[in-house]
Amino acid sequence: MRATSKHVVVAGGGVAGMEAAGALAEMGHTVSLVEKEQNPGGHLLQWHALFPDHRPASEVKHYLKKRIENENITVFTGIGVDKIRHHGHEVIVTLTDGTAINADAAIIATGFDLFDARRKEEYGYGIYDNVITSAELEDMFTAGKVTTTDGKTPSRVGLIHCVGSRDEKVNNNHCSKVCCVTAVKQAIEIRKQLPGTEVFCFYMDMRMYGPYYEELYRESQEVYNVNYIRGKVSEASVNINNRLVIKVEDTLAGRPLKMELDLMVLMVGMEMSQSGTRLAEASGLKRGINRFFETGDHHFGNNLSGLRGVFYAGTCTAPMNITDTISHARAAVAETVRYLNDR
Amino acid sequence: MKLEGKKRIWAEYQKDIPDDHFFYVRSCIRQTFFAGSEQTFLKIMRDDLGKDVFEDPRHTTCTGIGYHGDVVPFETIQTVVARHFALATEAGYRHIAISCVTSFGIYSEILETWKHFPETLERTREDLYKATGRTFDIPETISHASDIIYKFRDEIARKAKYNLADVSTGKPLKVVEHIGCHYSKMFPRYGVGGAEFPHVLIGMIESWGGDVIDYPERRHCCGFGFRQYLIQANRGYSLSASRKKFESMEPYQPDLIIANCPGCAMFMDRWQYTIKEIDSVTYGGDGQGIPVLTYEEVAGLVLGYDPWEMGLQFHNVQSLPLLRKMGIKADPARRFLAKDGSRLPEPANLING
Repeated sequence: MRATSKHVVVAGGGVAGMEAAGALAEMGHTVSLVEKEQNPGGHLLQWHALFPDHRPASEVKHYLKKRIENENITVFTGIGVDKIRHHGHEVIVTLTDGTAINADAAIIATGFDLFDARRKEEYGYGIYDNVITSAELEDMFTAGKVTTTDGKTPSRVGLIHCVGSRDEKVNNNHCSKVCCVTAVKQAIEIRKQLPGTEVFCFYMDMRMYGPYYEELYRESQEVYNVNYIRGKVSEASVNINNRLVIKVEDTLAGRPLKMELDLMVLMVGMEMSQSGTRLAEASGLKRGINRFFETGDHHFGNNLSGLRGVFYAGTCTAPMNITDTISHARAAVAETVRYLNDR
Repeated sequence: MKLEGKKRIWAEYQKDIPDDHFFYVRSCIRQTFFAGSEQTFLKIMRDDLGKDVFEDPRHTTCTGIGYHGDVVPFETIQTVVARHFALATEAGYRHIAISCVTSFGIYSEILETWKHFPETLERTREDLYKATGRTFDIPETISHASDIIYKFRDEIARKAKYNLADVSTGKPLKVVEHIGCHYSKMFPRYGVGGAEFPHVLIGMIESWGGDVIDYPERRHCCGFGFRQYLIQANRGYSLSASRKKFESMEPYQPDLIIANCPGCAMFMDRWQYTIKEIDSVTYGGDGQGIPVLTYEEVAGLVLGYDPWEMGLQFHNVQSLPLLRKMGIKADPARRFLAKDGSRLPEPANLING
């Protein structure tokens, strides 16, 4: 039924890459897993707890770590993938140090970069003391201490949705999908850790697309008294007490709003990774209008790259949550195995 | 506040400001309400910095007020600006120095339009030629006059006779900088420092020894907006916008406001009188109002120019307390004397008059 053991290179050691590598190795294939950072795990490494059930991120990290503990997998860390090309029956993967790996197939799982919040200059990230990103808030959760820069407990926190997503000004028209539910999850975590702290979410639309997300959203309001204001923050500044002052239009009330905050959290979106962009350009792989890798078909070829023997897995094709990323990686493995069998 | 973050943005928004040979275009409002500012700019450029600045008396209004008031069509204003460029071309100048922020915004908008819609440039060339027989080259650079003073701010600092500091305490003066909306909010790349954290006036304040106040309503419009003051019924909007800014900066007790826009300098000055009449409130640390000066006037003070020669007395909020703080000796009795010693009409209701 299946081909004899083949060699597959997986470019990127985040959630998708680890899952794909594990699944391939489980089937008896030899896998070279290439990760540019010193440790596999991707963005998940920075996450404290996951939506929609507040499962500790460490559980998924543990699952993925176990997944790649397989003698068929060789993990290369601290090195990226520079170029992939098809030659004869082989796929030749060139690493950033010039090493060439000849393989039977490759899976690209280069993931995403978080939007650089400094590009939204009006929010003052990198300038005002208490403007942080959603990823930095996860660090605070992990440390067990959500505070302002001077170590005080914030009395009011604002979570700003769609930072770098659905925003023509930064050339990102796409929705990053997970930021809304991340904000809901983080708002609840703040309220759990700091019951005396007011939490406001400033949103354009609440896109609760996944199972149990809507329930989480409702719970955040009914149980945790999180406040939701539909409106985009136009600017932030600080007053003489170094407290943040934001301006926002409350579009449901139909009036402008000015509010003081102790901590402002920017829900940064997903963008095509820089490493993926370089790989696409070097390998002649197409990218879509959202600048992520363009797949062969939106409906039934969502892992196909257009380059024989090369497949996509996970958020290098579009923003997605961990559940969908794992499913997408498994689908990439299925496509890869079908290719190897049919070759 | 992390200054490094601001410096990163400032480094991203640097523009090409030429070193010399400018074709200077004046401002309708500034010539009318505080003409000394433009004279001061020319004196600094020519006498202190030794630069070549050319003026052509045939230069006209850019019609920006009419354009923003919806009585001058875009095609017309493009042709008027093209004529300005033609005058510069005929005089052999490639760098335009613009006194007015509205004009600067107009020039920026037109240049961007021509870049993205080349057919509008061709149409404008045709319109100008039919109307005047003139042709023109697109200038190599356009600089607002504040860009140019910014470029030479350190040279001015080296020649300084006074600093932006209180001589009695040695402490820096607390200075509010106010940037005209049309300077960089429409086209951030055209302004020094961009739209959110412009550096053009901050750079001057820092070089001349002052402390910059970053207050919550720093970015807010002064209220000048053409539709707001052209239509009398709308002037409440203008007043309320200025008042919002004054209330926001009040806790910082500013000594001075510097503006780079004709309308901002005028309205933030005049509305202080209005607010005093309506609310009996006078802003500023000492309750004596906050002087609102142009960057040229401040540069002139730093260089030791006579305040009354520059026309500081024609602002509603008088600058005597500020001059005392800076250690500048200026006889208030000379404020409204003409060159020949005769008395000029004295404005009523001055703050600190």
